[in-house]
Amino acid sequence: MARKSPETEHPVTAVGWAARDSSGVLSPFNFSRRATGDEDVMFKVLFCGICHSDLHSIKNEWGFSTYPLVPGHEIVGVVTEVGSKVKNFKIGDKVGVGCMVGSCHSCDNCTNNLENYCPQVKLTYGSTYYDGTTTHGGYSDLMVANESFVIRMPDNLPLDAGAPLLCAGITVYSPLKYYGLDKPGMHVGVVGLGGLGHVAVKFAKAFGAKVTVISTSPNKKDEAIQHLGADSFLVSHDQDQMKAALGTMDGIIDTVSAVHPLLPLLGLLTTNGKLVMVGAPDKPLELPAFPLLMGRKTIGGSMIGGIKETQEMIDFAAKHNIKAEIEVIPIDYVNTAMERLLKADVRYRFVIDIANTLKAA
Amino acid sequence: MAKNPEEEHPVKAFGWAARDSSGVLSPFHFSRRENGDDDVTVKIFYCGVCHSDLHVAKNEWGFTNYPIVPGHEIVGIVTKVGKQVQKFRVGDKVGVGVLVGSCKSCEGCQQDLENYCPQLVFTYNSIDCDGTKTYGGYSDVIVVHQRYVLRFPDNLPSDAGAPLLCAGITVYSPMKYYGMTEPGKHLGVAGLGGLGHVAVKFGKAFGLKVTVISGSQSKEVEAINRLGADSFLVTSDPAKMKAAIGTMDFIIDTISAVHPLLPLLSLLRLNGKLVTVGLPNKPLELPIFPLVLGRKLIGGSDAGGMKETQEMLDFCAKNNITADIELIKMDEINKAMERLAKSDVRYRFVIDVGNSLSHP
Repeated sequence: MARKSPETEHPVTAVGWAARDSSGVLSPFNFSRRATGDEDVMFKVLFCGICHSDLHSIKNEWGFSTYPLVPGHEIVGVVTEVGSKVKNFKIGDKVGVGCMVGSCHSCDNCTNNLENYCPQVKLTYGSTYYDGTTTHGGYSDLMVANESFVIRMPDNLPLDAGAPLLCAGITVYSPLKYYGLDKPGMHVGVVGLGGLGHVAVKFAKAFGAKVTVISTSPNKKDEAIQHLGADSFLVSHDQDQMKAALGTMDGIIDTVSAVHPLLPLLGLLTTNGKLVMVGAPDKPLELPAFPLLMGRKTIGGSMIGGIKETQEMIDFAAKHNIKAEIEVIPIDYVNTAMERLLKADVRYRFVIDIANTLKAA
Repeated sequence: MAKNPEEEHPVKAFGWAARDSSGVLSPFHFSRRENGDDDVTVKIFYCGVCHSDLHVAKNEWGFTNYPIVPGHEIVGIVTKVGKQVQKFRVGDKVGVGVLVGSCKSCEGCQQDLENYCPQLVFTYNSIDCDGTKTYGGYSDVIVVHQRYVLRFPDNLPSDAGAPLLCAGITVYSPMKYYGMTEPGKHLGVAGLGGLGHVAVKFGKAFGLKVTVISGSQSKEVEAINRLGADSFLVTSDPAKMKAAIGTMDFIIDTISAVHPLLPLLSLLRLNGKLVTVGLPNKPLELPIFPLVLGRKLIGGSDAGGMKETQEMLDFCAKNNITADIELIKMDEINKAMERLAKSDVRYRFVIDVGNSLSHP
C-alpha cells in the first residue's frame, strides 16, 4: 500500500523547514497537520527555540532520526481552534508545547505526572504518533497537540524569550527540585554556560542559592556575574581556582554534553553533595570510586520534566521574571544558526521568529 | 627521629603485620600509648578479616605505610578506662571499627558523621594526633579514645558480631541514607561476600524483597535457603538479566573489583539508586544516558559515624543478625588472605585472637 506523502497524510496544510538527511541542512518543507480532534488544541506558531537536541537530531548523532525531520520543541503561539472536549484552553490563548506530545496515560510514571519517563512517550518530533504518522516539530507555521501536553503561557512572560523555557527551562528546573538543590542558602555550581546553563543560573538564584559558574571560557566571566547574576566564576582548567573551591558546593548542575572529567567536579562537592547530569555524553565517563565514597556523594541524571512540573516551572518563571537570553532570527538564517550553535557561538539560545519570517509555500 | 614501633609507646603490644606489598603477614612487636584520660584499653578477643585489610596489606590503593597491622572489626573487653571515661567500665564487652579519631569540630563530626571528617584517623595505616602510626586489631591490645569505642550488646556473639563493625555499618548506613528501608521495595545486592551477605540480612529485616546479583550460579542455593534472599540473578545469563530490567528500586554494589555498571543500572527502575560501597583500585566506567533517561543515580558511602554504628549494633542484637563466619587462628591468616582474594569464604574470616595470638 503506498504511503501517503507528508503533504497529503493529513487534511490541514502546513509549512515548515525540515532536514532531509544527516547533513542536517534544513530547507522549506510542505507537509500537513491532522484535523483538530476532540481533545486537541491547534495553534499558530509565533516563535520556536533552537535546542541543541535539534542539532543532534538533524545530524542523526543519536542514531535514531528518520527523515524528513522538522525539529523544534520550544514552541509558542496563539490558539486558533480547540476540540469539543478541550476544557483548559480557548481561541486566542497564548500557549506552548515542549518536548512531548503524547504518552500512555496509564503507567506508573504517567500517573505520577512523569510523562517524560513514560516508555511510550511521543516526542514532539521524530516519533511515530498513534495514527502511524511521524510527529513534526515547531520549525513550522502551526501545531496540533493533545490538550494534556499544552502549556499555558502567562501573559507577563514574553513569548520569544519564554519559548526556550519549554525545554531548557524544565530540563534544569526539574533536577534542582528533585535533588533538593532548591533551598535558600545552598551553594550550587553550574557547569557550562549555554542554553541550559544560563537558565540554571537564573533558577538557582531565584531559589536563593549562591551560584558559581564553572566554565572552560574565562571570557564568559563578566556576563555570568554582571548580567546573569552568578555569584562567582571558576575556570575549570585553573588549578588554583579549582583547589580553592574544593568541598564547597552542595550541588552541581552539569550541562556539558561532551565527554569531560568527573573527578574535578566531584572534588568541588561537599559531603553528601550531588552532581546532576543533564547533558548526556554519548560515551561513558570515568568514575573514580574513592571520591564518591569518601564524601557520600552522588551522581544523578534527569531528563526534562512532566507536564504538571513544566507548567509549574513556567508560572514560577513568570512570577520571578525569568526568561532566556535569546537571539531572534528569521527562519532562513537557521542553517547558519546551527553552525554557530555547534561552536557555542550564541548568547544563549536562538529563537526563530516563525510568524514574521516563515511564509506559506 | 622516629622511634621504632616497639619503643614509641610505653605499653607493649604484639600482633601480625605486613612488611611489604607481598602482603604476607608475620609476627610483629610494637607498642600502644599509655591509657589517657579519655581512653579505653581493650584486650582483643576477635578481629574480622575485611577485604580492605587485603587491599592495604598489598598496597593496592597506593597509600600503605609499612609495616601495617590490619584489622578494623575488633571485639574485646575493657581492661582499663581513663578518668574522663563514663560510658565504659572494666569488664565491658566493646567493639572498635574503622576509625579511632577525628577532629571533633567540623560539620561532619558535629553531625555524627565522623567517617566523613577530613582529619579522620583510621584504625590502621593512619597517623594519629600524636604523630604516630595507628595499628589495627590483628593484635592483642588496643587503646582507643572513648568516642570511637562501641558498646557491644551482650546477646550478640563476639565472634560472629565482629564483622558488623565494618561490613555491617558499611551497608547499614547507605541503606538508611538512600532510603532503602521502605517495606515492599526491591533491593538488589551485587556481590555475595562479607558486605553482600550482611546486606541481604539487613534487607530482609527492613522488609524488602531482596535479589542477589552474582557472577556465578554457585551461591544460589545458600543465598536463598540460608541467607533468606528472595531471588538470585546471574549476570552472565542474558535472558534472566533482560527479564529483570527496570525491576529494582535500589542496588547495593559490594563488588571490590572493576566491573561494568551498565548492566546494574539497567536493572533499576525510574528514580532507582545504585549505591557503591566497594573500592576498586581503578575508576569504573559510568554511562550517563541511563542516568538521564531514567533519573537514576549512583552514590557512594563509606562506613558510618559512631552514633549510627552503635545504632546498627543494637539493631542487629534486636533482630538477631550476625555475620556468617569462618573462625581461624592467627597463624592461618596468610592462607585466609589467599582464599579471600578468590572470594573463597562464606562469608567473613574472623581471627580468634584471644585464643591463638601467642607471643613467641
